[in-house]
Amino acid sequence: MHEVGIASSILECVAAEAQRHPGSRVLGVGVRIGALSNVDKDALDFAFEALTRETDLENLKLEIEWRPWRQRCLSCSEEYDVENMDVTCPKCGASHSTCIGGAELDIAYLELEEQPCAKP
Amino acid sequence: MREAVEKKVLSENDRLAAELRQRYRDQNILCVNFISAPGSGKTALLERTLASFAPGRPVAVLTGDLQTDNDARRLAKFGFPVRQIVTGGTCHLDARMVDRHLNELGFRGPGLLLVENVGNLVCPSSYDLGEAAKIVLLSVTEGEDKPLKYPGIFHRSSLMILTKIDLLPHVDFNPELAFENARKIHPEMEYIALSSRTGEGFDKWLRWLDALQQKVQQLAAAINS
Repeated sequence: MHEVGIASSILECVAAEAQRHPGSRVLGVGVRIGALSNVDKDALDFAFEALTRETDLENLKLEIEWRPWRQRCLSCSEEYDVENMDVTCPKCGASHSTCIGGAELDIAYLELEEQPCAKP
Repeated sequence: MREAVEKKVLSENDRLAAELRQRYRDQNILCVNFISAPGSGKTALLERTLASFAPGRPVAVLTGDLQTDNDARRLAKFGFPVRQIVTGGTCHLDARMVDRHLNELGFRGPGLLLVENVGNLVCPSSYDLGEAAKIVLLSVTEGEDKPLKYPGIFHRSSLMILTKIDLLPHVDFNPELAFENARKIHPEMEYIALSSRTGEGFDKWLRWLDALQQKVQQLAAAINS
């Protein structure tokens, strides 16, 4: 539901980062999205396309890397992906664990057009 | 050519939320953020909570909705400063809205700031408002599996309040099952069942809130000293 806001925040960040690379065209942006981030991939794709259509960023590619929900067991230190919405440790059965991944909503990288080598 | 960025998408909101958190700490304010689906009883919970407070207690309320100031009017009856945040279609509150309305309200700590988010179990969970605790409400007229359907918000909340328990004799809702589902997502989450209509369970809720305010004040005192 808030994917338009998320897409718009991504584009603001792209614009700000692009200023640090004057002269190179931004071809794509890579984002990392965790299972707990409440962001739907398809809705984000749709919002991104809608916001970039007929703008300077029209062909900007959005690359989404999906991250699972991960916990670390506080009893046996096992690190595991949470499946079926149950945080119980699959190794020792303990219920006490701490979240170590899945809340990501990060901009990982920009894909920039290769600059032609400057001639000596 | 790939250029690493490594930045949070919501870094601007996070930055403003960190400023709010610092302000709350400096001024000794406990801020809690109430989140639930529309109609789970956030405003009713706040009404009875405000009614129980002694007059003059330093308390302020921000309440968010897409449209209307109905909730602010309901909550203003109790004599505490209240401000409606009309988001005009945005499905959540963000740190900028809270900052602006808090300034307009002119509320300064020490005290308690109650923030009623827009009715929505999805989007509000992504936006940090600088609060000390998120509180998620679930009413007995909803499904026991809501924690499993919306894990993000149940995972991030410190407390789950089961509301409208006066209706339990009339609905097929199993509170134990709802709590068990919530525990699967977040084993450490605390749990209170209450009715804002009859007042059942309110003692426990008010004690929880007072204990958290005491804890936050002690922490602020320790940091500021």
